[in-house]
Amino acid sequence: MLRYVLKRIGNIVILLIGISFIIFASLYLAPGDPAELVAGANATPDDIERVRVFLGLDKPFLVQYWIYFTNLLQGNLGTSLVTRQPVLNEIITRLPHTLNLAFTSMLVAVLIGIPAGIISAIKKDSWLDNLISTTSLAGISVPNFWLGSMLILLFSVVLRWLPTGGMTEPFWTSLGFKQAILPSIALGMSVAASFMRVGRSAMLDVLQSDYIRTARSKGLKYSTIVVIHALRNALIPILTIFGTSFGGLLGGAIVTEQVFVINGIGTYLLSSINMRNYPAVQSTVLVIAFFFVFVNLLVDLLYVVVDPRITYD
Amino acid sequence: MRKRKENWLTKAFTNLLKNKLATVAFFFLIIEIIIVVIAPYLTPHDPLETNIALKLAPGFWASEGYVEGYYLGTDHLGRDVLTRLLYGGRISLWVGFVSTFIGLVFGVTLGLLAGYYKQLDNIIMRFMDLLFTFPGILLAMLIVAMLGVSTTNAMIAISVWSIPGFARMVRGKVLSLKEEDYVTAVRSLGASDFRILFLHILKNSLPVIIVVSTMRLASSIMSIATLSFLGLGSPPPNPEWGAMIATARDYMWKQPSLIIIPGVVVMMTVISFNIVGDKLRDVLDPSLKENA
Repeated sequence: MLRYVLKRIGNIVILLIGISFIIFASLYLAPGDPAELVAGANATPDDIERVRVFLGLDKPFLVQYWIYFTNLLQGNLGTSLVTRQPVLNEIITRLPHTLNLAFTSMLVAVLIGIPAGIISAIKKDSWLDNLISTTSLAGISVPNFWLGSMLILLFSVVLRWLPTGGMTEPFWTSLGFKQAILPSIALGMSVAASFMRVGRSAMLDVLQSDYIRTARSKGLKYSTIVVIHALRNALIPILTIFGTSFGGLLGGAIVTEQVFVINGIGTYLLSSINMRNYPAVQSTVLVIAFFFVFVNLLVDLLYVVVDPRITYD
Repeated sequence: MRKRKENWLTKAFTNLLKNKLATVAFFFLIIEIIIVVIAPYLTPHDPLETNIALKLAPGFWASEGYVEGYYLGTDHLGRDVLTRLLYGGRISLWVGFVSTFIGLVFGVTLGLLAGYYKQLDNIIMRFMDLLFTFPGILLAMLIVAMLGVSTTNAMIAISVWSIPGFARMVRGKVLSLKEEDYVTAVRSLGASDFRILFLHILKNSLPVIIVVSTMRLASSIMSIATLSFLGLGSPPPNPEWGAMIATARDYMWKQPSLIIIPGVVVMMTVISFNIVGDKLRDVLDPSLKENA
């Protein structure tokens, strides 16, 4: 097990090096001269040249990447071209808002998606199953930014029940809870929908297996069979999709933050793209990718807990 | 050979039409595509022509304020919403089809090579894994950040994002197909690798490719809408659906239909592609279930 974990962490390090290289290279190739941008509109060619040397932009590509990479290892994610502050600090102040949103959305997805998927499988071909299947199809097809706007329109403008936006407090406070409801539904809906679909088909598979038939013929209560015997095995495919959908969730958070005016790293990324603040773009993308990779590692390790048949040795 | 090809396609199609929901979705898409293509002949208005005197006029449902000929009302610059929807569909569907096609060409080629040649497998698939580590829309955003904001660049971004999905699916298919007897048979007849790959194996991978393409179309259309909503897709004043939703947000208190209508259109389009894709998958390749 320990060997497996170490091997996975080694793989992740290589993956993150690859990601950092792609990110660096793609922005290196971007049109527009960062030196000109930093120097300002009134700069003379001499000024621009000085800025270029100062920022190390006159060095060859690989040298620049090496400097960038060694800085990363020391926790230096670069300096914002706009505020001249360390990018790391700017990310750290915004990250809690994004994590707050991601966590509550995942909670919505798990609490709605998994039970709905299981009910749908147990009541296969009933009206309830049809309703849940149709809802899940709509859930994966609705643009989250539009769903978010519709929720605001209904619950904030017409009914005036909930705030129109902002996510300034963590979700366990009273204000934070109210602020979290709409954004987490908007963002969590599509993930909930994929949990429903996967949960339904996984549960159907399990319910058809021999050991469930044995349990039934022993005369066990059906609810006991579902909760104690079937659920655990049905959870394995759900766990797989949990890891992959977390990526979609992080990507969707960028969009949802715009709809609900949340000052998270998605908003930071978008404004950095618009202002060509390349160091900030690089590091924000890297941080988001890091979280995605990290969650997938956790999911792989969780397999062992959920499914004792997997040992990794 | 030709006959066989017709067989599975016709069978898939008849099976598709046996399902009511899938039939509705399929014909919705066909009609939508036709309407969008002939849009200039259907509407007398120009999608970019502003007329401030007519701004924020409601649609046909309103008892007062409705302007004859502007069935779905006008936006904050007095542009006809219906016309913009039709022209917006041209952008969304065009970007959807082209980026799916580009993703298909590169993804399928890479998947075929990775599945067939062991030496290439590792390097190609590790690179695909790398692209897969960029969550959701992030890769597309990075590419747009690099290339600049334009419809073409958004299309390129979405294409790149589509490649790994095709590559993974086709590689898996090739791995199982290349062990089949008919491949050994044509090889022993002296067929070249190129012929085996791009004629025989590709032909038998077509069902998978069709299913993945339909699903990718749904997500590509969603992606261009999302990018445009963020201001990174089709730039203003282009009538892209996501961009229409973005601008309508400022006026949704006054005129909710401005934001409701384009959203419903995006959703109907994406849901239809998903339904058709789901059904095609059940018919063409049940083994793909829930992994697509």
